[in-house]
Amino acid sequence: MRVEVDQPKCVASGQCVLAAPDVFDQDDDGIVVTLNDRPDTGMHDDVREAAALCPAAVISLVEK
Amino acid sequence: MTPSPPPRRVVIAGASAAGLSAAETLRREGFAGTVTLVGQERHLPYDRPPLSKQVLTGAWPAARTALRTAEDLRALDIDLRLGTAAAALSPAARTVTLADGTDIGYDALIVATGVRPRLLPWCGTPGVHVLRDLRDALGLRQRLTAGRRLVVVGAGFLGAEVASAARTLDVDVTLVEPAAVPLAHAVGHRVGAHLAQLHRDHGVDLRLGTQVAEIAAGTGRVTGVRLSDGTSLPADDVLVAVGSEPNTAWLRGSGLRLSDGVVCDEYNAAAPGVYAAGDVARWHHTLFDTLMRVEHRTNAAEQGMSAARNLLRPEQAAPFVPIPYFWSDQHGRKIQAYGQVRGHDEARVVEGDLADGRFLVLYRTGRTLTGALAVGMPPKALRRWRAAIAAGADWHTLTTDSLVA
Repeated sequence: MRVEVDQPKCVASGQCVLAAPDVFDQDDDGIVVTLNDRPDTGMHDDVREAAALCPAAVISLVEK
Repeated sequence: MTPSPPPRRVVIAGASAAGLSAAETLRREGFAGTVTLVGQERHLPYDRPPLSKQVLTGAWPAARTALRTAEDLRALDIDLRLGTAAAALSPAARTVTLADGTDIGYDALIVATGVRPRLLPWCGTPGVHVLRDLRDALGLRQRLTAGRRLVVVGAGFLGAEVASAARTLDVDVTLVEPAAVPLAHAVGHRVGAHLAQLHRDHGVDLRLGTQVAEIAAGTGRVTGVRLSDGTSLPADDVLVAVGSEPNTAWLRGSGLRLSDGVVCDEYNAAAPGVYAAGDVARWHHTLFDTLMRVEHRTNAAEQGMSAARNLLRPEQAAPFVPIPYFWSDQHGRKIQAYGQVRGHDEARVVEGDLADGRFLVLYRTGRTLTGALAVGMPPKALRRWRAAIAAGADWHTLTTDSLVA
């Protein structure tokens, strides 16, 4: 799985950080930052949850 | 109770954020049956918060609001029925009837039909707008050019965001609000007064403690409004932003309990096999011990997920106990809040200073911390209060702690 984020669309809600704190963080303006764009299999469910919870459809997952 | 057989056909009425979230959750949880997603609008599911922000300023083309690509939606393998609304429900027959007359049978149903703008008697006059869907936003955007005069009726979050977006386009904006302080009932007097000043600082003509008594229309189009204090304001366009009403008319006579929304238990269940999610759902929030209906974007996704999971596994249903979150963008500032802010007994600034526009406010209801709101603060400053709200933290303990100066 590869994690892609569309930062200009980010609304800084932090939903992704709550769902998958090992993969997502926020900068001082609240904009999403990926800590790990190739998360291990064990994190995939959390990352999918984060993508689904994002209120601005910022996170896309390339499932390969 | 004997477990009911697993559903084979799920119908989701409403193809916006909550409905889409429910559909995706069903598939992520391995549901292999039929998912029918019914949407009144013709567009593929799109996002609404940008409508009063980037779409209105013209920063984004409409296409950028798409929540998923057509390819993502194809991969979900759902039966997408767009351009036709759910028109009637028969829980006895387990069918949803669409506006085009089609009956769709279901084993389980999720109601996610959202809300519509509350209207005023003169809303039909040309030049008088509401803002809920993409068509509304594009229609209003076309009118917002420099020097035009816009009267915004209602200084809630939507009205405030439209006023803010319109000012970036050099539109002359008058914002009319019956309350003495905008949003005071929601965020408190001091924060409301701060937001009022923010409007004034950005050239919004704010008229508080008054309302629109009458509309003036010339040759078939609005020319202005007259306020209850006697003032006449010329206007090229008027936006009415006085709240929303749940889209439940199609459920009248269905036997579902309707009371400012579809009334649900703590599992988002409204009746056997029937769930509700998003703006239309009024459910029992066990932490705040109240029936709540939340019109925030993040709630739509969270509740769509919860409803879908409980639908698939009613025997292991989990109560839906989110900590509500909202944000609003006004005049370049981001306002963010967690919890139950509305209806608080006390609001206290615990970090920063309202005067310099960076601050964090905590809200008390009864003896409990129920909400936190920040403007211009880093996200971590606010996020740490979320857990305290979820834990139902005692206000007195918190405020005598070193946590709060």
